Amino acid sequence: MTIAITRRAFVLGLGAATAGLALGLERRVAAGPGKAEAPATTVFSPNPFIQIGSDGSIAIVCARSEMGQGVRSTIPVIIADELGADPAAIHVVQGDGDVRYGDQDTDGSSSIRKPYEQLRALGATARAMLVTAAAHRWGVPEARLAARDGAIWDGKRSLPFGALAADAAKLPVPATPKLRPAKELRFIGKELPLRDGPDVATGRATYAADVRLPDMLVAVVARPPVLFGKATKVDSKRALAIPGVRKVVELPTPAPPVNMQALGGVAVIGDNTWAALRGRAALEVTWDAGEHGGYDSRAYRRELLAAVRAPGEIVRSVGDVETALAGAARKVEAEYVVPHLAHAPMEPPAAIARVDGGRAEVWACTQDPQGTQEAVGAALGIPKQDVTVHVTLLGGGFGRKSFPDFAVEAARLAKEAGVPVRVQWTRDDDLRHSSYHTHSAQSLAAGLDAAGEVVAWRHRIAYPTISSTFKAGADHPSNGELGQGVLDLPLAVPAISMQTGAAPAHTRIGWLRSVCNIQQAFAVQSFIAELADATKRDPRDMLLRVLGPARQLDAAGQGVTDLPNYGMPLDRHPLDVGRLHRVIEKATAMAGWDKREGRALGLAAHRSFVTYVAVVAQVVKGRHGEPRVEEAWIAADVGIAINPDRVRYQMEGAFVFAWSNALHGAITYERGAVVQSNYRDYRVLRMPEAPRAIHVELVASDAPPGGAGEPGVPPVAPAIANAWFALTGTRVRELPMLPRPGTR
Amino acid sequence: MIRVTINGVERELDVDPEMPLLWVVRDVLGLTGTKYGCGEALCGACTIHLDGNPVRACVTPLHRAKGRAVTTIEGLSATGDHPLQRAWVDAGVPQCGYCQAGQIMTAAALLAANPAPTDDDIAQSMAGNICRCGTYVRIRTAIKTAAGMK
Repeated sequence: MTIAITRRAFVLGLGAATAGLALGLERRVAAGPGKAEAPATTVFSPNPFIQIGSDGSIAIVCARSEMGQGVRSTIPVIIADELGADPAAIHVVQGDGDVRYGDQDTDGSSSIRKPYEQLRALGATARAMLVTAAAHRWGVPEARLAARDGAIWDGKRSLPFGALAADAAKLPVPATPKLRPAKELRFIGKELPLRDGPDVATGRATYAADVRLPDMLVAVVARPPVLFGKATKVDSKRALAIPGVRKVVELPTPAPPVNMQALGGVAVIGDNTWAALRGRAALEVTWDAGEHGGYDSRAYRRELLAAVRAPGEIVRSVGDVETALAGAARKVEAEYVVPHLAHAPMEPPAAIARVDGGRAEVWACTQDPQGTQEAVGAALGIPKQDVTVHVTLLGGGFGRKSFPDFAVEAARLAKEAGVPVRVQWTRDDDLRHSSYHTHSAQSLAAGLDAAGEVVAWRHRIAYPTISSTFKAGADHPSNGELGQGVLDLPLAVPAISMQTGAAPAHTRIGWLRSVCNIQQAFAVQSFIAELADATKRDPRDMLLRVLGPARQLDAAGQGVTDLPNYGMPLDRHPLDVGRLHRVIEKATAMAGWDKREGRALGLAAHRSFVTYVAVVAQVVKGRHGEPRVEEAWIAADVGIAINPDRVRYQMEGAFVFAWSNALHGAITYERGAVVQSNYRDYRVLRMPEAPRAIHVELVASDAPPGGAGEPGVPPVAPAIANAWFALTGTRVRELPMLPRPGTR
Repeated sequence: MIRVTINGVERELDVDPEMPLLWVVRDVLGLTGTKYGCGEALCGACTIHLDGNPVRACVTPLHRAKGRAVTTIEGLSATGDHPLQRAWVDAGVPQCGYCQAGQIMTAAALLAANPAPTDDDIAQSMAGNICRCGTYVRIRTAIKTAAGMK
């Protein structure tokens, strides 16, 4: 199909506060801060992701959100490689929220692993049509033509894509385009430069709060300190007296479940951020805490531990675990606790909205643009297709920005104000009103026979479930949550029982980078090292022994009926213990595991998001006796790595992120409200605390791509905890390792 | 009216003298390269130079800049080719990128004062700049690379 877009749209499309390019229809592109008025260029666009102009310009849409994982330097490369274009010569356009792009949720490390073949097919479709157009033009068979460097080649003669665009646009779109054989792929698997690097280094990169609209006002919101709390009395007189404050607006309190709704509160709208902040500080609000006003994380910790000290609902079972435990020569037991965590991305949530009649336009640092369309539409009472959502760069997401609450606030306030409004969250807002990683307790028990073999494995688990955010009263982990290191844990043990206890939620529970793998891998990988110590085995040997021999597992063999497998088919992404072995062998070889005398090393390995990662950490004591990671070695098997440099970098970053959580991370509650308010009391890792070196190697693989952003996280905390045990003889069974006084 | 030189251009600003420089450059002047991260001088995302010294713009009121020279990331170099900016791109330092303007501004002040910093010098000087993506190892590499550039 042929569409017309403006030249101006291309130019604007290079920035982050982008115009949404016209998709499959001819219209003038409404660019964010300005209007596109330039003349149109005919383009060839066989699908919404690719536009080839008759001037030779090639625009490729990245429909997933860039939040540091490098997706804008990856997805367009896949499409361009199949197409036959040099990725350096294309414009990358950030896709608006639009169902025509399919799934745009940037979560679950899924941006590549799920649509990989479809992304390639998008490029292959355009290539096939350009080849046909060239074959017609030259009167030669298609089979002798090749597409590369933005042109179709017949031996030494060539026609640039631009010269073929008009002809190609008249051709039927092939239903099943043929993908290139692996040897023809020139850019997939290559280390290509970071697309947004120069913009970031010069301050030109556009994040949500950087978008500027004419007549825009700025709002900050005083939200209820406790989820579902209500303002019972609002005195805005002093706030309205602050110069630059325009308006005070009460936002509706959501009804449970919180779902994708905004949290309510009282907004102060001002001429600029400073005026709005001063206005909010001058507000006098009396809050009714509501049903969760009694939430106290210290008391709740005891409830969680009580839940895992009793039998629970069985979610995975092989053999008779109680008989096996009773008959074992030796029983080893341990309990593990992981607190609530906040994502604390450097960019706190921000969104800009403009509401005009029955339409809304939003600019947001969102991980879920289509969810944002829906939530804004629902809040304004307009159809979601009348909500345009432009996705800016995200200054970190880590799962927080999968909730569109901040965009809903902007939309409500823009409607109220009659002009565009930017909602700016402060750090305090971010830490006190996040979508928190859950608070968990786990108890593990293993039976060992006289030879030290594990003959029984019982794992009891309790934590508030993410499902509670979407269904009031849900109080057991979902299959998806348990599929992150519990249901899918390979075990060569004859009697297995996994059980879950009830844990009602009292706050908004959400996804945080690697989600339930965090606590589940921490417990399991720590416990296996405890078993090694109990049997005086090398921890690596114990790990390999518990996982069992290289083999592929199915659900039945695991003692479960439904293995979520991160939404991937088991035939293409089997549970492959051999791949886990290989990363363990590689990481330990990199670290010199067999010659570790004098160094305190710890090991952990875990499969998540269908990627396999092993981590070895070397720990020393710091000046004040605190744990310090000196060096780390990471081996990862992600299947095909599209941009290996970015994959390795995700593993490096994941190490620091996970170490930060394990050392310092804890969100605690008193009287229903979060205690922490800034980086002062929610500490995150700083450069002096970071490892001196992080070595990452990828296992060469032609398996289909797995996740890259999250799988580096889960093995880090247990590897460090195991290293700390090697150094000090003390087990770490509760995180963080450096808790703030009074938080437990 | 407060007279301030910003990125080499003298400006007269009719703005609340207590307004932090962060909001002056972002909201009043439209220089959005300087980022808000914490508002309490805890994260370094808003680092700018005041007469060449790194300061946290989020807690520095406009009146403190009266008659002085403010440099933001946009003014660090005329064409975006400060050795640190080149080193940042070459080493592929950014992940999300949000903190990196502040990191670069802090590093620029470090190199101006100490052209050949050790790893410890770097860690100490950069301790006030948080990167939640965890890019610290590459930041250190890029600073050392830039230190070796002309």
